[in-house]
Amino acid sequence: MKAVITVVGKDKTGIIYQISKALYEHNVNIEDLTQTIMQENFTMLMLVNYEMMECSFDELKAALNVAGENLGLSVRLQREDIFDAMHKV
Amino acid sequence: MALIAKDIIETIQMIEKDNLDIRTTTMGISLFDCISHNPIITAERIYDKVTKKASRLVKTADEIGKEFGIPIINKRISVTPIAMVGSGADRDDYVEFAFALDRAAEETGVDFIGGYSALVQKGFTATDLEFLASIPQALAQTQKVCSSINVGSSKAGINMDAVKMMGTIIKDTAYLTKERDSIGCAKFVVFANAVEDNPFMAGAFHGPGEPEAVINVGVSGPGVVKSALEKVEGMPIDVVAETIKRTAFKITRAGMLVGKEMSQRVNVPFGIMDLSLAPTPKVGDSVAEILEIMGLEKCGTHGTTAALALLNDAVKKGGIMASSHVGGLSGAFIPVSEDAGMIDAVINGALTFDKLEAMTSVCSVGIDMVAVSGDVSASTLSAIIADEAAIGVINNKTTAVRIIPAYGKKVGDIVNFGGLLGSAPVMAISEYSSEEFIARGGRIPAPVHSFKN
Repeated sequence: MKAVITVVGKDKTGIIYQISKALYEHNVNIEDLTQTIMQENFTMLMLVNYEMMECSFDELKAALNVAGENLGLSVRLQREDIFDAMHKV
Repeated sequence: MALIAKDIIETIQMIEKDNLDIRTTTMGISLFDCISHNPIITAERIYDKVTKKASRLVKTADEIGKEFGIPIINKRISVTPIAMVGSGADRDDYVEFAFALDRAAEETGVDFIGGYSALVQKGFTATDLEFLASIPQALAQTQKVCSSINVGSSKAGINMDAVKMMGTIIKDTAYLTKERDSIGCAKFVVFANAVEDNPFMAGAFHGPGEPEAVINVGVSGPGVVKSALEKVEGMPIDVVAETIKRTAFKITRAGMLVGKEMSQRVNVPFGIMDLSLAPTPKVGDSVAEILEIMGLEKCGTHGTTAALALLNDAVKKGGIMASSHVGGLSGAFIPVSEDAGMIDAVINGALTFDKLEAMTSVCSVGIDMVAVSGDVSASTLSAIIADEAAIGVINNKTTAVRIIPAYGKKVGDIVNFGGLLGSAPVMAISEYSSEEFIARGGRIPAPVHSFKN
């Protein structure tokens, strides 16, 4: 079970720390990570595996939202399948 | 990274900026096993079956929407045409069935329940007539029940007796719901070549050839198509078609994913994907705006029919590649009140009723959510329905009429329904009578090209 986390906003210190802390606390593993500037926004994309997750999808989403609010950035959590479905034939 | 950053960002932009959503997930439920000798028992069975089958529909759809990060706007139910379920019932009994459906819709949390319907393209049974007589009361006294009648098909021709009745039913419904801008008529559709697996309201019903229960999904995304076309400004029309096709593919794949997931979780087989571009009154979620981005100053001007034909066809081609089970209405919808660009075009005088009729010959439905003056005669409404049915029957396509003769309103007034149903400017129609033509009744024979055996 994989999901994509997208963090968009202004670059600052502690982004990876805050997000990965929330993931660690819920036993979610980071499999891949990339950072880029897209349309003048700092964008971080993370591929995570949540098979061993110790909470519901909703709770993880809420935890990431809290981390996002602390950072002043928008954080999204979506299952990976949606991107696969839309962009792979 | 296995996924390309550009693709991820594109999907997120489609959802957040261009209003990509799953317009509806509709559970079709057969009510044949609810039929009994006693209408009270039938009504109870209808309520019990619908609430049981659809108990997890809304909750599951919301969960899936959150996981994929794509909103599923409407959760709906369609049932076996009620005229078939109420064997031996009279008109009051039928209204009771409508109450049972309304209560079931309330209990399950869906926004509409469709299937207060009858298929009378070739003629009426005795109970069909009782059923038809119950429609205005049923629509006036319920909140969430939608009704549809099939009055013609390419195989059977057009039942002009039914067409005649439809004008009266619409007028009566308009009167009974006059306090709310005749909103009852917004929940009533008259079809030719109705499809049995349409997930969209108000015309959804669970056809007699359908299984016990099924999940059908309708996607949307006019905003996404518009946004894609903005990037190919001035390019030849082939590029426009190709761009729409590619976009429709992506939209449909998102819908398929949601449909399959829904089907698995509620343990009901997946039926079809309806590849429709369904607009909402929101700016940027409009089919008219797509036509305008192609180079038309206003929707409704010369060239609109060609642009719409191209759009409709390209949406289907892209969608068919993305799903093995395509059905429903599949194409572009042009409901006036539910599309900000269409409303604007009517107010500016760019889009007339007659042009709208021409557009319905190349799009997926018909005269949809059009408000006309409240003093229009029943026979004129019937004649509008006859024209639309003829377009469908002769061209082997589905056509429909959902028209609102808004009580007390005149041309130029605005009718407000609220929510997804939007608001509509009252449109001008011909002032000449069709009375004698409609009074004839009878049946328009099936067209010659229907004899294919």
